[in-house]
Amino acid sequence: MPSSQLLSITEDMTIYHALEHKQTLLDALSSTDDLELNLSEVGEMDTAGLQLLILVKKEAQRAGKSVRIVAHSQAVSSVIDFCNMAVEFGDPLIIPAHQAS
Amino acid sequence: MDAITSVFIQESREQLAEMEARLLQLEQVPDDIDNINGIFRAAHTIKGGAGVVECGPIVSFTHLLENLLDVLRNGETAVTPSLTTLLLECCDHMGHLLGLLAAEIAAPDAELQAHGDALTERLKAFLQTDVQVSDLVVQDPEIEVETSGGGVVITDSWHISVRFGENVFRGGMEPLSYIRYLASLGEILGIETISDAMPAAAEMDPESCYMGFEIRLQTRSSKADIERVFDFVRDDCELRILPPNSKLAEYIKLIQELPEDTMRLGEILVRCGALTQAEVDEGLRNQKSTTEHPPVDSEAPPPHLGEILVDNKVVQKQVVDAAVVKQTLVSEKKAKEAQLVRVQADKLDQLIDLVGELVIAGASANLLAQKSRNVDLVEATSVLSRLVENIRDSALQLRMVQIGDTFTRFNRVVRDVSKDLGKEIELSISGAETELDKTVVEKIGDPLMHLVRNSLDHGIEPADVRLERGKPACGRVSLNAFHDSGIIVIQVSDDGGGLNREKIRAKAIERELIQPDGTLSDSEIINLIFEPGFSTVDQVSKLSGRGVGMDVVRRNITALRGTVDVTSVEGQGSTFTIRLPLTLAIIDGFLVGVDKAAYVIPLDSVVECIEHKNLAGDRNFLNLRGEALPFIRLRELFETEGQAPARESIVVVQFGGQRAGIVVDQLMGEFQTVIKPLGRLFANLRGIGGSTILGSGEVALILDVAALVQSVSRAEEERLAPHRPALGISSLSSNSTALQSAR
Repeated sequence: MPSSQLLSITEDMTIYHALEHKQTLLDALSSTDDLELNLSEVGEMDTAGLQLLILVKKEAQRAGKSVRIVAHSQAVSSVIDFCNMAVEFGDPLIIPAHQAS
Repeated sequence: MDAITSVFIQESREQLAEMEARLLQLEQVPDDIDNINGIFRAAHTIKGGAGVVECGPIVSFTHLLENLLDVLRNGETAVTPSLTTLLLECCDHMGHLLGLLAAEIAAPDAELQAHGDALTERLKAFLQTDVQVSDLVVQDPEIEVETSGGGVVITDSWHISVRFGENVFRGGMEPLSYIRYLASLGEILGIETISDAMPAAAEMDPESCYMGFEIRLQTRSSKADIERVFDFVRDDCELRILPPNSKLAEYIKLIQELPEDTMRLGEILVRCGALTQAEVDEGLRNQKSTTEHPPVDSEAPPPHLGEILVDNKVVQKQVVDAAVVKQTLVSEKKAKEAQLVRVQADKLDQLIDLVGELVIAGASANLLAQKSRNVDLVEATSVLSRLVENIRDSALQLRMVQIGDTFTRFNRVVRDVSKDLGKEIELSISGAETELDKTVVEKIGDPLMHLVRNSLDHGIEPADVRLERGKPACGRVSLNAFHDSGIIVIQVSDDGGGLNREKIRAKAIERELIQPDGTLSDSEIINLIFEPGFSTVDQVSKLSGRGVGMDVVRRNITALRGTVDVTSVEGQGSTFTIRLPLTLAIIDGFLVGVDKAAYVIPLDSVVECIEHKNLAGDRNFLNLRGEALPFIRLRELFETEGQAPARESIVVVQFGGQRAGIVVDQLMGEFQTVIKPLGRLFANLRGIGGSTILGSGEVALILDVAALVQSVSRAEEERLAPHRPALGISSLSSNSTALQSAR
């Protein structure tokens, strides 16, 4: 079993893809102890998407595994920030310099 | 009508169109799950939008429809013809309801209401379960706020506690958008996302909502305003609002009422800043001592809460906060950038008009520059005219739309009509991406509909006759579109019985359209069906055959400066061909001169220019690389005075597969032509399509190439016909080549 595995999600994390994303995320988690998520290509995220991220984080905690979001798209990080989940998730958020001003 | 409603109507119509297309596809491929999801999504989007614009009838109707679609999606019911028919009718009904909304009529009339009720009953029958139509009366339950003992919590902000119900997503709602909207009422000081209700992965349905939020909001708005934000999810969420400076006891009550465990809630409230840790501790301790009811989570002693609070998470949060606000601002700005811009059609028309004027003015400037012989000026104006040309092209491009949408509408028509007629017919579409002017697209729908219905009704034979003739039982009607030398060609063809020449001929004689002894070519006979009052079908059916069809089709198409004709092979089918100009506004023209007058030939129809020499005066065709080319002298046609110059030119033009030459005095080159219509006085003028204004301010006439080519070939035929018996064999053969190449 590889020590860490990278999963990139490229579609919108919205209700329309929720079913398939749940499966993708849980499958990925079951095959590794240390899942890294690349969400830099996610164009849109809604509550259903956030819910899935919470789910996979919780599942990981339950199983003693770790899930880290290694790259956020603007859409993902703004939802996470808005819902104040950044601390809960504990992933490093990179704030681009030109937008921080 | 406000802006939101009109956007909703427009978008919903698009969704409905997509839904209809998908439903038709569903009939073909019943188990395509992506397709079913697409249908569901379309209905869902319409429902969500209807909720926002508060259109009750659409919401309740769509809700029911969605229930059925959900059953379908879960594979609990099979796709049957009666089901798809019902769904298509529901589609239509939603279209009608949208129409009401668009016309700003509050309640549907009795007929529509009855139709809607009938559909509702049928939907329910399919669902088989007693589904309640949710009425959209917005309830306003007063949330009781008891004033009880305990110290006042020192805070100037509202506390909002909301738990969304599992069905929120299914209702087309996006919880976050409500919270975002809430932020527009004031400032969100703190927000905590609660996901405790989420079950373990196995039971978790990603399309159910398990989320809740604790929000601290600083605002001047009233409680009613805050409640109104959640109006649309009111039935589907638990909402608790505590006004600023509420009693501590109320917070404690809130904590106890909420489903999450008390300790965790206390922690959450502290984290989102509603309470201080001391207040929670005090409150809970009081609660415990006075009520004898220990908190649910009795294993965790109160000090535990304190420990959590000093956890460095709280500190971190403050740090992250600052960045959060900025990022949210940036992302919201970006979200506003839409990919599509909707523009009023009249604004676009105005732009095209202006571009037309610009083209004329540019031509004028160009002419003056050339006269001045100032090299710099000439160069500047030529750059300018190139830019004007580009602007013209992109402005016209704005009006170009693909014909595909018009074509796909016919899927439904073919389906319904073939069911009515009891025939099995499929529609094949090609060239759907062919673009043409929006105004043309709008006007071509009705004539096309007529032609398609005609093919369905008269063209395709009943299945038993087809089998007898050795054809597949399933008939085929094809729609095709393509570009051909500056015009767009649209074809409607079928593999049915074709047109019966003798029948048409007999009918035409009966109607006194032709003389019994007249000699007409086959193509002339079958094109008689476009004459007014012509129908060969003995029996008048509900679809067509009342004899008002084809002449109306031709009139509509002629009004668009187009032509329509038909070719048919008996027993194998017929093809109707419509030829239309690409645009009605500006064309590339080829300027030619006869004497002092200038004429414009549409450049797209020009094939080549050749020198006119050694031609005997009375012959009207010449040998062009082995092929006979009939030609016409513009000087003679328009009876221009004066003598032709020694060196004339022939412009070879092409229209609809026919070629002809036009003899002119001089060639003046390419010219951007803004088409100005001629007055009504000239409506019956053959050979002239319109007028334009030259850079010098003079008027030039635009030649109607189609009419010219036809008149040339007709003149040749007439000239030759009486001489036919007297002609020798050699000239007869060259005549027939002339005719062949002219076809």
